[in-house]
Amino acid sequence: MSPKTLYDKIWDAHVVHEADDGTCLLYIDRHLVHEVTSPQAFEGLRMTGRKVRAPERTIAVPDHNVPTTEGRENPDQMPEDSRIQVAALDTNAKEFGVHYYPVSDIRQGIVHIVGPENGWTLPGMTVVCGDSHTATHGAFGSLAHGIGTSEVEHVLATQTLIQSKSKNMKVEITGKLAPGVTAKDVVLRIIAETGTGGGTGYVIEYCGEAIRSLSMEGRMTICNMAIEGGARAGLIAPDETTFNYVKGRPHAPKGAQWDAALNWWKTLYSDDDAHWDKVVTIRGEDIAPTVTWGTSPEDALPVTAEVPAAESFKGGKVEAAKRSLDYMGLTPGQKLTDIEIDTVFIGSCTNGRIEDLRAAAEVLKGRKVKEGMRAMIVPGSGLVRAQAEEEGLADIFKEAGFEWRLAGCSMCLAMNPDQLAPGERCAATSNRNFEGRQGRGGRTHLMSPAMAAAAAVTGRITDIREFTAAEAV
Amino acid sequence: MEKFEKFSGVAAPMPLVNIDTDMIIPKQYLKTIKRSGLGVSAFAEMRYDEQGNEIPDFVLNKPAYRESQIIVAGDNFGCGSSREHAPWALADFGIKVVISTSFADIFYNNCFKNGMLPIVMPQEVVDVLMKDSEKGQNARMEVDLEAQTITTSDGEVFSFEIDPFRKHCLLEGLDDIGLTLEKAASIDTFETGLAQSRPWV
Repeated sequence: MSPKTLYDKIWDAHVVHEADDGTCLLYIDRHLVHEVTSPQAFEGLRMTGRKVRAPERTIAVPDHNVPTTEGRENPDQMPEDSRIQVAALDTNAKEFGVHYYPVSDIRQGIVHIVGPENGWTLPGMTVVCGDSHTATHGAFGSLAHGIGTSEVEHVLATQTLIQSKSKNMKVEITGKLAPGVTAKDVVLRIIAETGTGGGTGYVIEYCGEAIRSLSMEGRMTICNMAIEGGARAGLIAPDETTFNYVKGRPHAPKGAQWDAALNWWKTLYSDDDAHWDKVVTIRGEDIAPTVTWGTSPEDALPVTAEVPAAESFKGGKVEAAKRSLDYMGLTPGQKLTDIEIDTVFIGSCTNGRIEDLRAAAEVLKGRKVKEGMRAMIVPGSGLVRAQAEEEGLADIFKEAGFEWRLAGCSMCLAMNPDQLAPGERCAATSNRNFEGRQGRGGRTHLMSPAMAAAAAVTGRITDIREFTAAEAV
Repeated sequence: MEKFEKFSGVAAPMPLVNIDTDMIIPKQYLKTIKRSGLGVSAFAEMRYDEQGNEIPDFVLNKPAYRESQIIVAGDNFGCGSSREHAPWALADFGIKVVISTSFADIFYNNCFKNGMLPIVMPQEVVDVLMKDSEKGQNARMEVDLEAQTITTSDGEVFSFEIDPFRKHCLLEGLDDIGLTLEKAASIDTFETGLAQSRPWV
């Protein structure tokens, strides 16, 4: 047999039909659904008299619109348009009989945190959702990507997607990560190197010692941002770390089925002599704590760097950089660590898991946020929130002066009341620094949870290594 | 879906690279449960000031480009969020074709589901088309999907590539779901096999 990549293997295991021109009908094992990109899809089913083909493979949860403040069970907390959208998901989930975690359920949270946490996401699966950050699930060695609403309707009706195969790209991070460097820094560095369009047309497999050494949480952070590099999906081959995470989760296989599943999962890796259409290699030791300065995730630099001049770029990026600098209110040559912050947001499907909250708590223990700082921590799910409370992290956050919120997407995309005002500047652990992303005129700097926590204390972008060293003296 | 027919229309130049779907349709407009009516909100934060007044400098607000049916864009158009509201908003505005050197994957797919044609062209061709589109109301280009050609206002003709299946679906206005359901027996067979080989799924 010819050697295969991990992507080839998962693809081959899901082909329902292949047309003469190579277009495939691919079977979908898990379909995750949220309230923003699904109402028109369910409405389409209703208008054509179609049913959900596999409701048992379909999991719905509201996350984008929901308030993250106490008392949110009361629908009056939501503006009317949000309330209608969440109510539509309630109705659609019941009417079409799909699995559903309403706001009142402790398991509610961001769809990409809920899936893995409950064992819905398993190695070797195909996972889709009407949300670009579906790439997150690739951390389990499952082929996972975002789709549009028409495709949501297609999957609901047929449990398949019409797909053309992407090319294979390998991103290898060799060696060990330096102290203070996290999965977030790694993925920002990768995007800085490949560009936001560098992955277009590819599925990326992340590999190498530095990736292997990451926890599942860290791997999810990496794959989550595969889409910010333009890739259809990101993948990490499953290993003992993966199996240990999955085992015992509510919807993971048990008994003899676990053994059978494990046998197959252990075959899910890229063969040694598999063909790669593109290879990127980065030394783990060369990666520094990284932050963004501009309005594209590729605008990422080591925290020790200075704001670049627009003229240092080429082609269309010169104009884009000028626009970014103007929007962000920054001057070329300014040190990144001199940029003052007034808002801190820790959360999102990129960095809203328990490990992220532990990292933030370690920085915040015994410290206070700077006066006048607005700082919030929004756990990725009700279960993450409960665990953080049990571990005493919530008390650390509250004592430091952070708001301790309920689960949801929150200020990552500001569809709920958590928004930036024009000109406000935020240290955010989320995934996009686009213009207006966190609120019209709001300015976003992406970074790791530890760095965001440190920025909350100092009031400026802070090199976590210096911050930790100062403490040791 | 309506059939995609040959047309000639005004092309608007949008040379900025990495125009993301948050720019094309900001999040406050995603709370709709309908597909229609988003055209007025397309590019809202570039098109209107905070009081809701039009920003005269924005290309689609200029008299020459208010009826644009084509956008000639910088690299990596449509990156970011998967929101299909982006092509819905463009289509509702009246856009039928977007031309760029590259598109983000999900946006590219979403266009075809809504009768819109995204065309990938090499940089040197996009440069020519961008220049042509700067001629305002005289920037009428002709797009012929059947022949796979774009004709500039000067009569210069460029050929483009497109996946044959997607071309067929656009030309015929075919509904993907209907097509897939014709293969229901294959899906049944696959599911029977799945229950045997990977029963935990």
